[in-house]
Amino acid sequence: MRRVLAPWRPVVLLAVLIGIWEAYVDTGGADPLILPSPHAVASSLFDDRALLWSNFVVTAGEVLLGILVAAVAALAVAVAMHFFITLRRALYPLLIASQTIPVPLLAPVLVLWLGFGLLPKLIVVALVSFFSIVITTLAGLAAIDPDLIKLMRTFDASRWRTFRHVELPAALPGVFTGTKIAVIVAVIGAVFAEQSGASSGLGYLFEQSIPQLLTARAYASVVMLSLFAIALFAVLTLAERLTLPWAHQPPGDRPSS
Amino acid sequence: MVAPSVEPRGRDGTRGVHVELVSRTFAGRRGLVPALAGVSLHAAPGEIITVVGPSGSGKTTLLELICGLQTPDDGTVRSEPAALMPQRDLLLPWLGALDNAALALRARGLDRTRARAAAAPWLQRFGLAGFEDARPTALSGGMRQRVSFLRSLLAGKPVLALDEPFAALDAITRAEMQAWLAATLAAEPRTVVLVTHDVEEAVLLGDRVIVLSPRPGRVTSEIAIELRRPRRRTAPELIELRERVYAALGMSA
Repeated sequence: MRRVLAPWRPVVLLAVLIGIWEAYVDTGGADPLILPSPHAVASSLFDDRALLWSNFVVTAGEVLLGILVAAVAALAVAVAMHFFITLRRALYPLLIASQTIPVPLLAPVLVLWLGFGLLPKLIVVALVSFFSIVITTLAGLAAIDPDLIKLMRTFDASRWRTFRHVELPAALPGVFTGTKIAVIVAVIGAVFAEQSGASSGLGYLFEQSIPQLLTARAYASVVMLSLFAIALFAVLTLAERLTLPWAHQPPGDRPSS
Repeated sequence: MVAPSVEPRGRDGTRGVHVELVSRTFAGRRGLVPALAGVSLHAAPGEIITVVGPSGSGKTTLLELICGLQTPDDGTVRSEPAALMPQRDLLLPWLGALDNAALALRARGLDRTRARAAAAPWLQRFGLAGFEDARPTALSGGMRQRVSFLRSLLAGKPVLALDEPFAALDAITRAEMQAWLAATLAAEPRTVVLVTHDVEEAVLLGDRVIVLSPRPGRVTSEIAIELRRPRRRTAPELIELRERVYAALGMSA
């Protein structure tokens, strides 16, 4: 917990890097129209806050909804694959292979097909997020001790009750782990989908800002996307610690007998 | 205290445990591995039999056959319903001690409130009062084994199949737990088949000790332990019986 809340070393390093960037632009190392200085990005974050915020809300909605859809679908698919070995054998290689499909090319195809609305963005975000959640959830289910399943059988537990009391709880940490990994690709997916055809969103704003030479605003949208992904990761980490404290509990002091 | 309801007898009217000339072979990486070769043993209702044998003598297989988790390749197994207590405690890390102990009741379909209410007095009786909501990581090895034993006891089966229940404990805790198990079974009699590679444990706890040969497991001898309970592990009669078991295992004590 402390390591998560006190990241002062990376903050110092980041400050140093931003300082170097600022000095480089200020001393004429680059045209500010091509590479805006950090303080120009900061003032854009403030001056364009209404515009950035309204576009952020759109992208955040796509990402959150997409991840939610992916998490629910991934849990369901992982459970189905866990229960039905034939399905698992058939689907697992396809899932791995599906990762070779380049998302930047998938996005315009979906936009062409489904239009400029929310749906194609949702699908792209859910597709890129789905994989990591399925894999980690399956790993959680596969890690269950087979002797525990035997034990439940000698207790006359039905397949459903074994799932409900043993397998489902054991799978949940995997859902969280996969979702945390998915956050990063989900934001990237949303941006690609917006660039393929949208009328709002931070990816759209970025795309619009470059030809207008509003590079500071373009960088400001990147900063917001990045901060959003970090915040989402932190919120998920916190939520996991609150809902599944046992999954990360270090062995504490134990009574002696 | 509500006693766990015990199922009266096996579906075919069997009483106790009857293993008759049972063989079991597994397909291993280098061909067939025979685990048991013609094993026969019997446990009368309420009897505690202990099975000793070297590693690989098919002890766990024997228990899984009795619990109906495997079927023999040859021979017959007839038994009243049996609940397993696995070698490792296998407590669920997300549940406290009380919910873990109540797992067998939840498995039968009791709701959480009723399952907890039924298990709570037992937890107290097993010296775990105050640890109801402690997760397994907060319990000592001995406490975890007691919760694990209680979980299997509350399954309400007439037969308990205990798989090296104390093998993972340190020597002092193990000795304490052996005395505890003897006292618990005296108060709460069950038909027990306990497998172990600890000869002292076998002699201390069993009404009868059954000695298995190395792989494939075969019964080499049966030694009745007609000592009054509670038993002292330092009693000369017990030490003598221990030496007989060692001799049956082909070791000079």
